[in-house]
Amino acid sequence: MKFLSQLISGISLGSIYSLIALGYTMVYGIAKMLNFAHGDVIMIGAFVVYTACVTGGLSPVLGVLLAIVACTILGVVIERLAYKPLRSAASLAVLITAIGVSYFLQNMALLVFGSDTKQFSSVVSLEPVVLADGNLTITGETIVTIVVSLIIMVALYLFVNRSKPGKAMLAVSEDKGAAQLMGINVNGMIALTFAIGSALAAIAGALLCSAYPALSPYTGAMPGIKAFVAAVFGGIGSIPGAMVGGILLGIIENLSKGYISSQLSDAIVFAVLILVLLIRPTGIMGKKINEKV
Amino acid sequence: MAMLEVRNLNVFFGVIQAIRDVSFDVNQGEVVALIGANGAGKTTTLHTVTGLLTAASGTITLDGKDITKTPAHKIVSMGMAHVPEGRRVFSSLSVYDNLKMGAYTRKDKKEIRQSLDMVFEAFPRLQERRNQVAGTLSGGEQQMLAMGRALMSKPRILLMDEPSMGLSPLYVTEIFDIIERIKKEGTTVLLVEQNANKALAVADRAYVLETGSVSMSGDAKALMSDERVRKAYLGA
Repeated sequence: MKFLSQLISGISLGSIYSLIALGYTMVYGIAKMLNFAHGDVIMIGAFVVYTACVTGGLSPVLGVLLAIVACTILGVVIERLAYKPLRSAASLAVLITAIGVSYFLQNMALLVFGSDTKQFSSVVSLEPVVLADGNLTITGETIVTIVVSLIIMVALYLFVNRSKPGKAMLAVSEDKGAAQLMGINVNGMIALTFAIGSALAAIAGALLCSAYPALSPYTGAMPGIKAFVAAVFGGIGSIPGAMVGGILLGIIENLSKGYISSQLSDAIVFAVLILVLLIRPTGIMGKKINEKV
Repeated sequence: MAMLEVRNLNVFFGVIQAIRDVSFDVNQGEVVALIGANGAGKTTTLHTVTGLLTAASGTITLDGKDITKTPAHKIVSMGMAHVPEGRRVFSSLSVYDNLKMGAYTRKDKKEIRQSLDMVFEAFPRLQERRNQVAGTLSGGEQQMLAMGRALMSKPRILLMDEPSMGLSPLYVTEIFDIIERIKKEGTTVLLVEQNANKALAVADRAYVLETGSVSMSGDAKALMSDERVRKAYLGA
């Protein structure tokens, strides 16, 4: 029973990583950059929910919707102000800028909300489900996280592979020049990708802080790094890869916590990443780049 | 007034000048060839015309409208499509989705359907492989897809960059047959080719590019019998 319980909460934690990893992987796929400020967008999302619901007394649903809107705008603004001017710059310059944006967001949050850890109140009001004569308890947060993530992933998959803007995103991620010749506005597609990634980050922030209710300006940093690991693990640039990578990472982390050592769990997670990359440098679902001349 | 007019175009890559004072015209209904050796600036010229590169100076007009500074993604809806060098099909998308991307800026579903039927009629192999991922097509099939994809925008003028490059002789013949056909249907063509023999045979007029400048121009048949052209480009 302990195994099952650890597994289920691992899947739940992993789905949050997946939601964040999707932002990393989509932005990487289309703009060929690592947006290290992505983790901090989660934190901003959680603070919006906190301010709206705990301070402002709004309903959780309204709070989450506000956070989605706020993060979407934030993501697009970050891209427009910080990354767009660097479109043809060296990738190192873009990477350093992303780290700069990350510190900027953290320090903004410090300034506005202070450094003390806030007690986040869960956005989920579902009762825990008790199974197997009380031996297995699944919290409402766990259930909602898994269900919400699943719905989002299916919707995103359908959007990218079936809709016209989704396919245009794939076209841009493959060949920006050829995509422009089709009449696709590449800058518009990059902005759309940032908008989607940031909206997912807002949802991830609300779910993460509902399950682990401590909120500070640094809340987004560690999940951000782990989701990045998940994206690389699954194959950076691959949407199904981010989904699978995130969930696997959550399971590995939780099982390590449960059976090996909670202090070592992060080390184990990163060790697994190193192993995967040694065996499959492109990640689990990453594509080898084959260029036909 | 010519359909496409390029005047005194200068393009730089950093400090290196790739295109020097290039001027040419493409009239409605014509096939114009741009021939020249590797590195003469043919592809750079096409990329500048469709906005993938920016000119340092000079003007480009389409139907009398200045498009020198128009971003690349706005060109196709003005009636000019570009089949890029190396085909550049979207290899992870299906043949069908690649063709749909060609009609990205068009709204009328019925008209898109008609264009699709037309492309499938011109390239039956694409219809056979419509659900196949484009990356798995042969080079010749990818070239057909790249041409079909450009035709899906229903262009009035089609720019083609080295359509015969790297193809087997059988495919080269087929590709040039299609160019003849596109011309007969009234679409204006600007063709960039290293295969000067084939290009001059299909073209009405031609320009010869040499290290970034136009060195000769005129009637395609006349150029074909010109001693200098024969020596330099036709292997005679």
